[in-house]
Amino acid sequence: MSAGLTTLRAWGLMLPLLAVMLAVIGWPFVDTVRLSFTDARLVGMGGDYVGVANYGRLFASSAFWRAFVVTTEFAVVSVFIEMVLGVLVALLLYQNFRGRNVLRALLILPWALPTVVNALLWRLIYNPEYGALNAALVQTGLIEAYRSWLGDPGSALAALIVADAWKNFPLVALISLAALHAVPHDIRAAAIVDGAGALSRFRYVILPYLAGPLMVALVLRTIEAFKVFDIIWVMTRGGPANSTRTLSILVYQEAFSFQRAGSGASLALIVTLAVTVLAVAYAALIRKSAGARF
Amino acid sequence: MERQSLGFTIFLYLAAALLALMILAPFGWLFVMSISSTSDLVSKPLRWWPEESDWSRYRLLFDTTPNTHGASLMAALGNSVKVAAIATVAALAVSVPAGWAVSRSPAVGWSLWLVIGTYMLPPVALAVPLYMGLAGLGMLNTKLGLAVVYLTVLAPFTAWLLKSGFDPIPRDLEMAAAIDGARLDQALRIIILPLAAPVIGTAALFAYLLAWDEFFYALLFTSDQRAKTVTVAIADLAGGRVADYGLIATAGVIAALPPVVFGLFMQRALISGLTAGSVKG
Repeated sequence: MSAGLTTLRAWGLMLPLLAVMLAVIGWPFVDTVRLSFTDARLVGMGGDYVGVANYGRLFASSAFWRAFVVTTEFAVVSVFIEMVLGVLVALLLYQNFRGRNVLRALLILPWALPTVVNALLWRLIYNPEYGALNAALVQTGLIEAYRSWLGDPGSALAALIVADAWKNFPLVALISLAALHAVPHDIRAAAIVDGAGALSRFRYVILPYLAGPLMVALVLRTIEAFKVFDIIWVMTRGGPANSTRTLSILVYQEAFSFQRAGSGASLALIVTLAVTVLAVAYAALIRKSAGARF
Repeated sequence: MERQSLGFTIFLYLAAALLALMILAPFGWLFVMSISSTSDLVSKPLRWWPEESDWSRYRLLFDTTPNTHGASLMAALGNSVKVAAIATVAALAVSVPAGWAVSRSPAVGWSLWLVIGTYMLPPVALAVPLYMGLAGLGMLNTKLGLAVVYLTVLAPFTAWLLKSGFDPIPRDLEMAAAIDGARLDQALRIIILPLAAPVIGTAALFAYLLAWDEFFYALLFTSDQRAKTVTVAIADLAGGRVADYGLIATAGVIAALPPVVFGLFMQRALISGLTAGSVKG
């Protein structure tokens, strides 16, 4: 027991946070639920109760399913690249070589770069007429002619994923690196003495220590990627031909561009549900992998 | 220690060089664009290094003559500084006591998990009522209104960071203070807060960076120089009719400089915060 911190006093200390959360998250969320059953407009009064009509229309619309697929593609591919690249970079930076500490310091840079500036930076790099990517690929002879990377529905999403992965792999790398440093030296030494090769040492000595933190990184990154808005809004606004229109972009258009607050709210709740299901599934996985460790 | 073979060493340095190039090239190019003349930037084949460096765009953007790109970017920078500061202070004010309470009294822990769980909510699930609420209070397009909305992101995050930061501070200290006759608030102020200063600093730094980075709510809830933040100003520039790519790049450099410099200098604090909770298990 702590010095006189009764449960009642503890609640007293929680109160300001809980009150603020209730005001800026609790109430708006409940109101979003209410709105989702109405045909409310963003501006103007009221909105009548329409039951589950918004939801029905949503599930019947191809725009919704298309956005769902685009979001899933974006989240799965970008997070996969970030995890693989992040672990590889961590393994590299765990080795001893000169300049290692400088490289570790550089790792923070893409992470610290504001998302919107990152989007602008890659938009400039991908520019169809003057971009550095086109120039570099043509000058090295890898492609024949300049391409519109963000203007072509076939390549826009991939181009966005590269930009997103570049900014976010450092987070995974930093978390993995910290986990690698938690591997006790004597265990590593023992494995070497026992003649374990590099691969089996990774699999049986290092991976068990990496698994937990990696799962946490995976959950955080997947949730973020599923909610993605900023980078897409600045780079493509969901285009071309809606090939990069994710669920969050679709909600924005529905609720704010078309001012259909009611149907925007129902869509937002479906996104919330999807993220929650993902997070709960991951949490179960984490518990399983944490259990396997001991 | 294992001895490294020559081949492995060469491989290490090649991989390291590749990583450095991968991280630095985009940054380098953004900077080169900002000091290249427009004709260099549109030349084919592209000129990778300017004939002579041209710093005029920096002068242009730091010039605050009304109704110029400079004026709107500088106003936006000022707004970002203020909004992030208000939101950070407010987030700490509510999350320091809460983080401490949860760290010391597990009985209230579940409410913190509920707060952290809101991380799963996409901002679009709150945006419409927040918009209507701010409009009702006449707080659309105000710095204060935006800062209040930012608490949705900042407060859960700082509460979680602070809770895990308070955990390792021994309870004995508080007990000793109590035995010596200190009241709870005295024990907190005189003993715990000084010990917790580093973790509170880390939380403040993260909160500030998060607020600086925020775009979605700022896009929705601000409309002109009174409250528009730098992320919105940058997006306006990138999506607008500006023909000079160098100017867009320069604005990007200016907006990125504060967090990137912070990131480099506060590296240790940031990394400890990033890995808190995930590694400790």
